[in-house]
Amino acid sequence: MIKSIEKQRNFIDFTLSSLWRRKGKNLALVMVYTLVVFSLASVMFFTQALKNEASLILEGAPEIIVQKLVAGRHDLIPLAYVQRLKAIRGVEDVKGRHWGYYFDPIGRATYTIMTTGAMSLNDNEIAVGAGISRVRQVFRGNTLLLRTFDGRPTSFLIKGVLSPESELLSSDLILMSATGFSRLFGVSPEVATDLAVTVLNKKEIPTIAAKIVDKNPDTRAITRNEIIRTYDAVFDWRGGIMIAILAGAVLAFLIFAWDKAAGLSAEEKREIGILKAIGWETADVLQMKFWEGMIVSLSSFLLGVILAYFHIFYGSATLFAPVLKGWATLYPDFRLTPFISGYQLAILFCFTVLPYTVATILPSWRAATIDPDVIMRT
Amino acid sequence: MFFKPGILALFISSLLISGMTLYASYYGALILRYWDIKSGSETQLRLERRTYLISTIIGYALVFQLFSFFLFIYTADTLHPFFTGAMCAVGSLNVNQWGYPVVILKIITFLLAGLWLIINFADNRGYDYPLIKVKYLLLLVITPLILAETIIQARYFLGLTPEVITSCCGSVFTTDTAGVASEIISFPRAFMEVIFYIAMIGALALGAVFYRTGKMGYGFAGAIFLTFLISIASFISFISMYFYELPTHHCPFCILQKEYGYIGYILYLVLLLGGLAGMGVGLLMPFRQVQSLKETLPTFQRHLALTSVVLYLLFAVIATYQIIFSNLKM
Amino acid sequence: MIELKHIRKVFNEGLPNEYIAIHDLSLDIAAHQVTVLKGPSGSGKTTLLSLLGCMARPTAGRIMLAGREITSLPERFLTHIRRQTFGFIFQQYNLLKGISVIENVMLPAYPLGEPFSPLKQQAVKLLELFNLAHKAAAKVEWLSGGEAQRVAIARALVNHPAVIIADEPTAHLDTRLSREFMDIMGDFKAQGKTILIASHDPMVHESEVADRVVQMRDGRIIDAGVS
Repeated sequence: MIKSIEKQRNFIDFTLSSLWRRKGKNLALVMVYTLVVFSLASVMFFTQALKNEASLILEGAPEIIVQKLVAGRHDLIPLAYVQRLKAIRGVEDVKGRHWGYYFDPIGRATYTIMTTGAMSLNDNEIAVGAGISRVRQVFRGNTLLLRTFDGRPTSFLIKGVLSPESELLSSDLILMSATGFSRLFGVSPEVATDLAVTVLNKKEIPTIAAKIVDKNPDTRAITRNEIIRTYDAVFDWRGGIMIAILAGAVLAFLIFAWDKAAGLSAEEKREIGILKAIGWETADVLQMKFWEGMIVSLSSFLLGVILAYFHIFYGSATLFAPVLKGWATLYPDFRLTPFISGYQLAILFCFTVLPYTVATILPSWRAATIDPDVIMRT
Repeated sequence: MFFKPGILALFISSLLISGMTLYASYYGALILRYWDIKSGSETQLRLERRTYLISTIIGYALVFQLFSFFLFIYTADTLHPFFTGAMCAVGSLNVNQWGYPVVILKIITFLLAGLWLIINFADNRGYDYPLIKVKYLLLLVITPLILAETIIQARYFLGLTPEVITSCCGSVFTTDTAGVASEIISFPRAFMEVIFYIAMIGALALGAVFYRTGKMGYGFAGAIFLTFLISIASFISFISMYFYELPTHHCPFCILQKEYGYIGYILYLVLLLGGLAGMGVGLLMPFRQVQSLKETLPTFQRHLALTSVVLYLLFAVIATYQIIFSNLKM
Repeated sequence: MIELKHIRKVFNEGLPNEYIAIHDLSLDIAAHQVTVLKGPSGSGKTTLLSLLGCMARPTAGRIMLAGREITSLPERFLTHIRRQTFGFIFQQYNLLKGISVIENVMLPAYPLGEPFSPLKQQAVKLLELFNLAHKAAAKVEWLSGGEAQRVAIARALVNHPAVIIADEPTAHLDTRLSREFMDIMGDFKAQGKTILIASHDPMVHESEVADRVVQMRDGRIIDAGVS
């Protein structure tokens, strides 16, 4: 047992010096390897962090959202429905929500406008998200000019800019009073955009949602769980697409790795020939190759994961910005909550170290089975 | 659904393992056909060199299979929110008929790959490769199983439809519903406890006997195998309750969660590796009289037996500790 | 000590570039003697050395080492025997560039799992024997020809072998160093080692240290050198 450990120590020692002797080739390999791990890890961390944020945020969402459907599309819902829904057993409370979209030609972006009871806002006071503040260069105390539904420009006073911590959600958000909302969009006070339903017993949510739709066939009831699952699926799907794209890169990397492993220089062949000649078995050379692969893999894996961690959680995933910015002009400057799990690392391992190891099995074996007498014949 | 990273990772690893094993068995077939240790021809030398490649491949396959076993269960667990009624991996695995077969196949292929490596190790100690035919015949058995596992795993994942309503471990592992799991639970608890401890003590005792005298090798291996099955059944039947501190919670997969300190990994690892070592002893018994192995085989078997005994003892100790010190008192 | 019976060695059998290095050769090497294989290049000396030193397996025929048949032993066993029994000194020295002298000497013992410190001390002692202890940490590229060869000899001794095999050891040495080399071989013989040297250098096969000279040509023995 001790002999075994000593033997491995000797091998590792020799392997390290052997790797260093060809540092050009090995550093190139480590760099590419790290890049591959970095890309995949970034995608995974980003997707997972967004999923986490989404579920944290959605925890505060109402259990059921009821929307009126007209000709299959979402329409404004009369507040008369509130009493009808409150009558259903198990419903704790029903509140109308007022929100909508506003396209700003100056900022060339779409803002989300919402009313809120959380802040006290006068009729013409608003709070804007940090993204809007940046794009329109408006700050607390400034006025923001918006066009009402009938074309009249109305100015709103900015009471404050929403905090940077909430940027992921609120970057493109404008909060205003109910009156302001009414004035801007011209909707009557009798209607709401949709209704938020809170339910006492979580287990009953699907049943109650079914009852709502049953009693009000012109509505649809969206449960929080469905939203979570949809987000999950979208993030996974998007993440999956990125991974599929990166698959091409991984494949190229594997071919590169194979080539590096198989393309032994004359010097390397000579070295292994000498080792075999002085008494190293094929199994010993294979061990050495194993350690080579292990050292390269582990250092690249570690480096790639650490870099990805910093990229996503301290660098706002800036390298992904061009891809994600696609359908939003306002790219939030956000800080995601760092999250890393053994499960993610295990999956990354399967995408990177495992294929690399498999790709190098054959070349390593070819190298290790050089005949001991080759060195004498040359 | 298929695009979840966990599923993709499992798919890739199974594909790679299948590919490697197929490749290995092609050369294994060549070896079975053309092997002649007495010959010094180039063909023979090439075949001898190939054996190193094959044992390297199977060695990696073993480690990756073990890894993918735990990864699979963990992934099944993360999928449970998508299925109505599923609270953990048990529910996810029940969604279609392929879930549990994957788990069982992964365990079987892990054990077979491990046994292959044990035979390989013994074979290498003999100066004339005495077990070469046995080894490569075994390989031809392992390969279709690994391929089957890859295919069934793919069918499982492709057949996951999120709207399907499935059962949670609370309803699978209860006496009310029908099924193997509930059969196990419905044995009287005291009865199972007795069986478990008898099996354990029996296996450990036989192990000690074999270690000292080299007799009862088959008996020991058989006892280890039985105890392997009994331990799993016992875990579901009563040991789990003490970990979960809930008389109705019998799930074999929840124990792998963070809440329980990941103790599940240790329990399963110990059981799998200990079982493997013990079964290895039995597998090698028929070859004790082979000339080139006469000297080395008994020592190797003794080491295996010791490993097996120590690991199973660990399992018993952890389980007993939990039973004694758990907050659940029955 | 080493018996070869009807040995045949063919390279690339069945291929267009098939090459028969040794045709039907039988030879008995006695222990505690210095045997020299003499012959022009292409005579099969080097191949014969590799067969004698358990580095290669014959295509046909049988080899016995100290009474034990080793012809069909798997590589693992052959290497094990070779490590313990033989020490090789190659024509090109074949030291590993880029690592130090002392590491080169210790290399053959790495797979044996010897603890590092005792192994290092032993290597230092060996270097001292050849007055090279002061160069222990030097890189092999900086050594002179004679020094490199002495390092190669030290390396050959690290596993305490019973047989020393040398392939054209004096090829890159001047007269003085060649004589020194044969003196070292004489010392080994006095210690009870068996020596096998392949060389076409008269300084070697005409030296009084040589007990037996075997002449080879075209893969056959033309003079077995026994009186």
